[in-house]
Amino acid sequence: MNPKKYLIVLAITCAVFLTGFLASNYLNNQKIDSIKNTEDQISLDILSSEAQYQLLEQSSCDIVTGSILSDELNTLADKLSYAESQEGFSSADVQSLKENYSLLEIKDYLLMQQIYNKCGATPTSILYFYSNKGNCTDCTDQGYVLTALRQEYPELRVYAFDYNLDLDAVKTLITLYHIPSVLPALVMNGKVYDGFQSIAQIQAALPSLTLQASSTASSTMNSSPTSFSSNTNR
Amino acid sequence: MTFSSLLLYTSIFCGLYFQIFLLVTFFEAQGKEKRDRQLVQIKTSTLPTVSMIVPCWNESKTVENTLISLLNLDYPKEKLSVLIVDDGSKDDTYAVAMQAASRLNKQEGLARIEVVTQKNGGKYTALNRGIAIAQTKGTQFIGCLDADSFVDKHALVRMIPYFNNPEIMAVTPAMRVHEPKNILQYIQRAEYNVGIFTKRVFGMLNSIYVTPGPFSIFRTSVFKQIGVFKEAHNTEDMEIAFRIQSFGHRIANCHNAFVYTKTPETIKKLHTQRTRWTYGFLKNAIDYKHIFFNKKYGHMGRFVLPAAIVGLALSLAIAADFIYHIVKSVTTTVHKISIIGFTAPHFTFNWFFINTETTSILAIVLLAITITIVTIGKYIAEGSAKPSRDMLYFIVFYGFLAPLWLSKAVYNVALSRKTPWR
Repeated sequence: MNPKKYLIVLAITCAVFLTGFLASNYLNNQKIDSIKNTEDQISLDILSSEAQYQLLEQSSCDIVTGSILSDELNTLADKLSYAESQEGFSSADVQSLKENYSLLEIKDYLLMQQIYNKCGATPTSILYFYSNKGNCTDCTDQGYVLTALRQEYPELRVYAFDYNLDLDAVKTLITLYHIPSVLPALVMNGKVYDGFQSIAQIQAALPSLTLQASSTASSTMNSSPTSFSSNTNR
Repeated sequence: MTFSSLLLYTSIFCGLYFQIFLLVTFFEAQGKEKRDRQLVQIKTSTLPTVSMIVPCWNESKTVENTLISLLNLDYPKEKLSVLIVDDGSKDDTYAVAMQAASRLNKQEGLARIEVVTQKNGGKYTALNRGIAIAQTKGTQFIGCLDADSFVDKHALVRMIPYFNNPEIMAVTPAMRVHEPKNILQYIQRAEYNVGIFTKRVFGMLNSIYVTPGPFSIFRTSVFKQIGVFKEAHNTEDMEIAFRIQSFGHRIANCHNAFVYTKTPETIKKLHTQRTRWTYGFLKNAIDYKHIFFNKKYGHMGRFVLPAAIVGLALSLAIAADFIYHIVKSVTTTVHKISIIGFTAPHFTFNWFFINTETTSILAIVLLAITITIVTIGKYIAEGSAKPSRDMLYFIVFYGFLAPLWLSKAVYNVALSRKTPWR
């Protein structure tokens, strides 16, 4: 029995393991880069939207083409949610991207509020606060509901925020709306709803949602299917 | 890191190590084996006498063809005798065997087929009856062939030269599946081809721990030294191999001595057969525990047997983890439907969502090595490395089937429950 062979095989196995680890690391870094690129794109989109809004103040709502919010914000939410659920992504990277994402959400939310006010439309947006800490099963269920609504009503904007995110802007939002620590919590039409909300409850709280859905084709504001963000807390 | 991830990493590492070890041994020994084979060529005139024992129990349908395949062996007629031992069959096996023996003996003008019958006592008693008769005749080698198997005509003449090495007490053949007809049998065909590869490597490592019923050949003198077959938890062919190894003898494998065996055609029959095999392996491993980690037994004691046990344990753990995740996923889906109703899933391809975790990449490597081993096995068995449906069926389904009998066998061992033959 030659122990040398066992050591050689061990070395080959370790080399295969290391190669697998490095390949995974490389591919995950590529993914992180793609998220960063998406965030940059969204940031640019929001800047463009802000400029568009400033122009809007001097002219009619008719010129708004509807491409205010980039579709990428929605894709970004899915990617971040996926990255959070997978092993191999640096948690620091994901955290930093998540903070950026939350800021972009807040900026988009504020901009949309301004546009709604200016054009007199009824906002169809939801602020959704969830927690990844502990075992918040209601948050998971709320994620299912919001994802389903997102698919049914493309004009609905869901802005999802991790309640425990160490970001001043999110903390300010929590203070501003008096969000309780028992989650999930939703803000619809300025009113805070504690705990899990079903599809029917959300439809009742946002009557404009069903109204707008039926008149989407004729509405100037919603002439194209704008996307929204929703971290479904998967 | 979760327990699930830790289990996955451990399993992949062990799986990779074992497979790489087999491949390294296989390629390392290629040149050496060629040289050894040249040294062991034997002239036909000096071939030894061999008695082939065919134990039968309710084999009336196949016994005649088994007999004919033995008579067709490319081996001097006067040096090969056949002994059919009917182990108290409930059907007309004895009558069929007697009739066939009489006709064939007459055709050949030689009385080299003998048929005996006895009260049912189990396969090992039939084998021992045959050994006793062969010993009185003074034949140099004894072979066994199950009555549901058929042997290639060149098998024996290829196996005998291995006995030129006086340390070798038994030689095992390369087992192939006889005429597969359904998916299950195709899966077994690929599995047997993998078996041909692993047996060949284990032979190189002197680590063969089973001398299969279909056409293993023994030096007659070995039974005097170590004793005859035992009941051995219904796996007498495994126990005798453990015993030969335990006595410090060697067992060789002849990778091109092909024997074709009928395989179970239903999951139930396959499950019963494999449960018996696995149960027998575990019980014999317990009986011969002194071999484990004993440097006296080389690769077998230090690597092959412990690896088989570790592999079994990890397979079961992975299967349990897989079932847990399936149940969890189904429960989540049902819960989700209860909340939002049924929504048709929509798929859009985006490379971002392809799983690039380390375990996924390593699992692909493991799969690639498995495919390589299956292909080498097919090449040794069939002389062709062309991908075939049995390889696909094996790779896709085997992982789901094996845990069924592995878990049942472990359960039976844990609770000391007897595992039946059929």
